[in-house]
Amino acid sequence: MEVLKIATAGSVDDGKSTLIGRLLYDTKSLTDDKLEAIEKTSKLKGYDYLDFSLATDGLVAEREQGITIDVAHIYFSTVSKSYIIADTPGHVEYTRNMVTGASTSQAAIILIDARKGVIEQTNRHFFINNLLRVKDVVVAINKMDLVDFSEERYNQIKSDFEQLMEKRDYEDQKITFIPVSALKGDNVVNHSENTPWYNGQTLLEHLEELDLQDIYNIGTPRFPVQHVIRPKTDDFHDFRGFAGKVYGGELNVGDEVVILPSMTKSRIKGIYFHDKKYKTAPRRSSVTITLEDEVNISRGDMLVKAGDLPIIDKQFTATVSWMDSEKLTTGGKYIVQHGINKVLAKVDSIEHKILPDYSGIEEGVEALGMNDIAQVKFRLNKPIFYDVFKSHRTNGSFILIDTRTNHTAGVGFIR
Amino acid sequence: MSKKVNLETVLEEIQSTGTFENGDRPNANALEHEAIYIMREVAAQFERPVLLFSGGKDSITLVRLAQKAFWPAKIPFPLMHIDTGHNFPETIEFRDRLVKELGVELIVRNVQDSIDQGKVVEETGKYASRNILQTTTLLDAIEEFKFDACIGGARRDEEKARAKERIFSVRDDFGQWDEKNQRPELFDMLNGQIEMGQNVRVFPISNWTELDVWSYIQKEDIEIPSIYFAHKRNIFLRDGLIWSAEDDVVFRAEDEVVEERTVRFRTVGDMSCTAAVESYADTINKVVAEIRDSKISERGARIDDKRSEAAMEKRKQQGYF
Repeated sequence: MEVLKIATAGSVDDGKSTLIGRLLYDTKSLTDDKLEAIEKTSKLKGYDYLDFSLATDGLVAEREQGITIDVAHIYFSTVSKSYIIADTPGHVEYTRNMVTGASTSQAAIILIDARKGVIEQTNRHFFINNLLRVKDVVVAINKMDLVDFSEERYNQIKSDFEQLMEKRDYEDQKITFIPVSALKGDNVVNHSENTPWYNGQTLLEHLEELDLQDIYNIGTPRFPVQHVIRPKTDDFHDFRGFAGKVYGGELNVGDEVVILPSMTKSRIKGIYFHDKKYKTAPRRSSVTITLEDEVNISRGDMLVKAGDLPIIDKQFTATVSWMDSEKLTTGGKYIVQHGINKVLAKVDSIEHKILPDYSGIEEGVEALGMNDIAQVKFRLNKPIFYDVFKSHRTNGSFILIDTRTNHTAGVGFIR
Repeated sequence: MSKKVNLETVLEEIQSTGTFENGDRPNANALEHEAIYIMREVAAQFERPVLLFSGGKDSITLVRLAQKAFWPAKIPFPLMHIDTGHNFPETIEFRDRLVKELGVELIVRNVQDSIDQGKVVEETGKYASRNILQTTTLLDAIEEFKFDACIGGARRDEEKARAKERIFSVRDDFGQWDEKNQRPELFDMLNGQIEMGQNVRVFPISNWTELDVWSYIQKEDIEIPSIYFAHKRNIFLRDGLIWSAEDDVVFRAEDEVVEERTVRFRTVGDMSCTAAVESYADTINKVVAEIRDSKISERGARIDDKRSEAAMEKRKQQGYF
């Protein structure tokens, strides 16, 4: 079964939770006891409709404030796909949650309230999906019932959004507009009779047709070694396997590989998944690889195809999204976790802050606060093997760990 | 539980070149590859990991994934069972057999001991359960063995508070979960850096649904305890739920009438708070078909979550799994 992860973005009252609840309801994914709980609570609150947002807003604080404050994951499936929706809050101070949700998603839904149209928040939502290079973006123009399902209003919002699209630096990103009413169910799973002027797909139809192979970002194969497997049993006395996950492209038995950082060359002898041997290790598979030669390899080393080396360097510039209440400062020291590899890093300089609504940059910045995005130059205590984020989503990203609190304090996309 | 690995075939394949009777590439079950990646991160990032094993289908699935992650080496961490003393006998029997087959170490710590030591007080009455008491026993065991990572089979689809928990979920000295101060998890990167005294709960099957687990058990042909399949049992009804009348630990009032029905269990937690469902699914294929059509969510049959809407979140803050 294929698994599609989707991030959602919308402002506080755009009806995000309602849209997700509607998807669950119309795909018959809500169980009787959950539905019953929703009916009961909706009635208690005096609503004359079902409040689907109750299906997703999980934490006590959220129920009290009526908003979503952290990333929640919601699951449903159809005959052809399993869906995981990362419900990420859209409130302005929660940029970090949106970045987090988008980092593990292959598709995104941006909600717009049809009454309000494209607002500053919309710019931010689109900016983040752009920054994270989410390949498939659906712009769901919601609450169409409150603007009398007006085609004119829909076209107006669409053209406003298209102006925004001119500012992005990711041409391959696919953007689809759909007029919906999450509350009433129009064009979410079922086609609406209220929008005869709309001939496109419903939201679910669109998601169902997405080709996962196509929307995973393709790069060249990178194999960071997670763990060395040496069973030392009688049957496998000399077995030395390198366990890891394949990113970007696939590896095959017989491929000539280079091991970083030693630059030793060898050839792939075997590819194992559990106790079976295969010819190919596809993208995103967790396999164990054996090599023709006896090579000294440990965790954090990387196997790449010969002639296809990444950049090996002790410094780089990255777009950083800061997520911690402790500020990032020039001269500050952090742990850079690049994939599974950890090195010490020092902030060389903050080149400039990027305003996440496409309004430009801010220079002369000495520190970054929570939710800030900026161009930052780093120096490392030893080289890492990276690609730029544009060409390799996995090998071009890293997290920053605060050495005092051990918190994940930020994420970076190497330029 | 494990499908017997045919060593000869494997060795033959290792020595042969070019031919692959298993096809060109491994299956594309993204959830399985993700879980194996997480298992390997645990082994690499922590000094003393342990796999929490309850004998239920989720922890059995974890064991299978751990086997796959480290093959042909053994699972590089022990299993630990926090025994409420209210387990279905079938589960315990199954547990002991599995551990023997795997050749891994099993640690058992008993809730009864925590009660005897006066650390916790047994609940009484109609809804008495040892489910909450497990927390104390678990935290004591973590301290006793200095475990820095505990792998568990919780899934985000089980419950609303679980839906927010990270794959690497940091707990403080008191085992507490601070849901407002969780580390963001980006891309595949798992940050397992902790201070002395802290530990991490790891959930490799976070993103699996109940159906995903059952389909996996079916596909992998994994053995599970017999109470998951339909069988005849003496039961009684309370609050519209079916309770086992065959075990003393389940409280039954005198006016609650016993009758025989064909039932199975969807979860195998503490007997005193695990209700059965009426079912004729006596094979794995029938169970998968039943889950596919099922309209009651899995935890609908666990009374401990129904105490209040915020029940799970409260228990987690106190250190519950």
